[in-house]
Amino acid sequence: MSQDTTDVIETAEWTAVCCVADIPVLGARRVARDGAVPVAVFRTADDRVFALLDRCPHKGGPLSQGIVFGDSVACPLHNWTIGLADGCARAPDEGCTTPFACKVEDGRVLLDAQELRTRAVGPQAD
Amino acid sequence: MKRDDGAALRQRLVVVGNGMAGIRAVEELLALAPQLYDITVFGAEPHPNYNRILLSPVLAGEQTIDEIVLNPLSWYAEHCITLHTGRRVVEVDRVRRVVVADDGTQAPYDRLLLATGSDPFILPVPGRDLAGVVGYRDIADTQAMIDAAQEYRKAVVIGGGLLGLEAANGLMRRGMEVTVVHIMPWLMERQLDETAGRLLQRSLEQRGIRFEIGAHTEALLPDRDGRVMAVRFKDGREIPADLVVMAAGIRPSTALAERTGLLCQRGVVVTDTLQTVTDPRIYAVGECAAHRGVAYGLVAPLFEQAKVCATHLAQFGIGRYTGSTTSTKLKVTGIDLFSAGNFAGGAGTEEIVLNDPWGGVYKKLVIQGDRLVGACLYGDTADGSWYFKLMREGRTVADIRDRLMFGQNNIGDTGHEGHSRAAAMADSDEVCGCNGVTKGTICKAIKEKGLFTLDDVRRHTKASASCGSCTGLVEQLLMATAGGDYSRPPTMKAMCGCTDASHAEVRQAIREQHWLTIDAVQRGMGWRTPNGCASCRPALNYYLLSTWPKEVVDDPQSRYINERSHANIQKDGTYSVIPRMWGGETTASELRRIADAVDKYRIPTVKVTGGQRLDLLGVKKEDLPAVWKDIGMPSGHAYAKALRTVKTCVGSQWCRFGTQDSTQMGKDLERALWRMYAPHKVKLAVSGCPRNCAESGIKDVGVIGVDSGWEIHVAGNGGIKTEVAQFLCKVKTPEEVLEVSGAFLQLYREEGWYLERTVHYVARVGLDHVKKRVLDDAEGRRALWDRLQFSLDGEPDPWFEFEKARVDMRQFEPLHAEGAAP
Repeated sequence: MSQDTTDVIETAEWTAVCCVADIPVLGARRVARDGAVPVAVFRTADDRVFALLDRCPHKGGPLSQGIVFGDSVACPLHNWTIGLADGCARAPDEGCTTPFACKVEDGRVLLDAQELRTRAVGPQAD
Repeated sequence: MKRDDGAALRQRLVVVGNGMAGIRAVEELLALAPQLYDITVFGAEPHPNYNRILLSPVLAGEQTIDEIVLNPLSWYAEHCITLHTGRRVVEVDRVRRVVVADDGTQAPYDRLLLATGSDPFILPVPGRDLAGVVGYRDIADTQAMIDAAQEYRKAVVIGGGLLGLEAANGLMRRGMEVTVVHIMPWLMERQLDETAGRLLQRSLEQRGIRFEIGAHTEALLPDRDGRVMAVRFKDGREIPADLVVMAAGIRPSTALAERTGLLCQRGVVVTDTLQTVTDPRIYAVGECAAHRGVAYGLVAPLFEQAKVCATHLAQFGIGRYTGSTTSTKLKVTGIDLFSAGNFAGGAGTEEIVLNDPWGGVYKKLVIQGDRLVGACLYGDTADGSWYFKLMREGRTVADIRDRLMFGQNNIGDTGHEGHSRAAAMADSDEVCGCNGVTKGTICKAIKEKGLFTLDDVRRHTKASASCGSCTGLVEQLLMATAGGDYSRPPTMKAMCGCTDASHAEVRQAIREQHWLTIDAVQRGMGWRTPNGCASCRPALNYYLLSTWPKEVVDDPQSRYINERSHANIQKDGTYSVIPRMWGGETTASELRRIADAVDKYRIPTVKVTGGQRLDLLGVKKEDLPAVWKDIGMPSGHAYAKALRTVKTCVGSQWCRFGTQDSTQMGKDLERALWRMYAPHKVKLAVSGCPRNCAESGIKDVGVIGVDSGWEIHVAGNGGIKTEVAQFLCKVKTPEEVLEVSGAFLQLYREEGWYLERTVHYVARVGLDHVKKRVLDDAEGRRALWDRLQFSLDGEPDPWFEFEKARVDMRQFEPLHAEGAAP
């Protein structure tokens, strides 16, 4: 939902990871990736779903473990506030984590398999 | 930020006055509702908004005008604000709702904000219009003084108040011979008592400033070219003067408001929402406004007004301004002077005075009842911000009264608050040990980013944003760098940015309204955000659960991750597991199960904790439920704002000195209190004799066995700032230990603010309050103890009773993309 621009839709390989109901309201789940940092999927109070690389731009904290509020999540390690839509830290903190394309269809949460395979794939630790 | 949508729908806000109060209100408004208004600002001066407080350092040559600009022109453009500088508004047509400036510029408004500030009071004496006679108010005045100092020698400053003395100092620094004429019996009589006033005078005389104290100015005399030449007093004496600075006070600038027909009584009269009483479309903030009969001339109250005004303009309408306590610091380099509150004392007050004329130190503290109500410091002001904080919090000082005069560093402190005297620190010295922030970084941020409040500094630099123990130092730096104490009064402090309600107000409302959900509280109290934030939600969840046990349903999504996953998150995203060992005792079979789990789940580190248990570090989140099951021991709650451990010594069972069975007492306490959530973590200890091997003196509740029974100490702390626990009482039986300890902890659970340790809670309410509720009132004590037992009865162990403890087990299972190998 955060990234459904036209070119993404045309080339995306949408793949289901779970149902919206599988994510706690104002919570998150982690999508495991082989040999790469997981992707966190978040659910807001009004059932919108967003996906971000599960790594805070500050010290690498797992954002999926943070408290979700409004359109943001607070990193569990040092309480940076990260916007769910763009993955960017709220001022005056600076830095962004990688957002992933995400959409909901018939109550199922879909991510782009190609992005999952290729985006932010590297060593886990900073 | 570009605002291009919905322009036709936006209301028009016109701000008259481009100074600190008006622009602060605009900034606060933009933060709350950036799209609501088209904003037009009129400023009489040809400059963007600058920090007027720093004109004195500019005059003294310590800063430049460019350095004191707060909002450059680009800021106005960025926020699409129409700025008219150098244009004075001369008319407000309240019927057509239009303002008109002196050059004919017109601007229609839906809401109007008056922030016209004040004018220097010019003595009504002959010669006041001569060339060389200036007020001291703005950049033009300051520049005129700087120019005069290059050409002329002799200056007379009329007025020995804050502004006059800063002007005198600046002119002297620029090489002029300065005489200060002051009609009152001592300097700065509105901020200082006579002793401090005399010390100040002597110190300024040593720097070369002359004084005419008690002198009445009768006339200013011209030379042949119409420039001022001398000042004549009522007694006939004359002193030469090439420059006369009128600094005899300021008057709210209300001419425009009066012409507009708004009620003015020494300022434009406003309500608690900063609306004028005459016309609710028109607001007034800052020095021009009279609130409950007071027109404030200091920046902290103006900023508080700006904030409230902004919430009202943003249509939240929940903020109220109820007046301010103010403090003063003289900005003359090398002179330390601070005063706040009722420094003069008087009927019903007592004074504690330290006077060292040789060392040039004078301190007076004014106490009323058991509260500090005023302070006047000269020569050593390091503790000024601390005293000011005590005053604003209105907390009792009865318990520290004997040491109050010697400052914060002498109040049982072995933490790193010991480095006081921010001024003496080098730029490279570390102020905030948690986040590694140096004095230089903080001062730079304050200057360059125009920071005014402790919160600003925390947000931009992280200094004092973690453990908070360097807060006092940061406040001192703010005071020294920005030129005043701008922190908001903590008693009024809002829980977080989502609301203006304080912790105390929220707790009270939850009880009175019988609210049972976070949503009900947020709706009932007008939260600004749809579902709170990471700071208020855990607090609300705790307040609800502790106020209405068995009625409120826990909301795990409003808990910090540690309490949601029932383990401590570590820096690498793994978790630690600390099982409960009652009273610090364990068995071979427990140790064997732990050892097996460490091997099976490849747990990298096993560490003995300070609370007499074992910490298994580096457990993967997916493994947590299995580790708990394999170990088969109860949750240690080492991750929670809850009862952690009861530390014990071996006691009379083994120890040759032991007088009581401290281990059994510890186990009984731990079994009675475990699963107890609290505002913050709670640690207990039981020692079997006064040798105190279990360190009972630094625990939230510390029990010490003596031959005839047990001593109970409360509100100790071994953390950031070591605090020795205070003696509460001595009891005879273990049953009494349980009842008194439990009652004290229940009182703390009911009255403490979220994240407030017992030491801070007791400091806030006073030990006398605790004694009254827990010791003097036997029935009340039993009721507290009963309520605690009711709360804890049947509470689940979250490591085993997942459903009852509302542990969302999905969090331990990773998701997989369809088709990807799991």
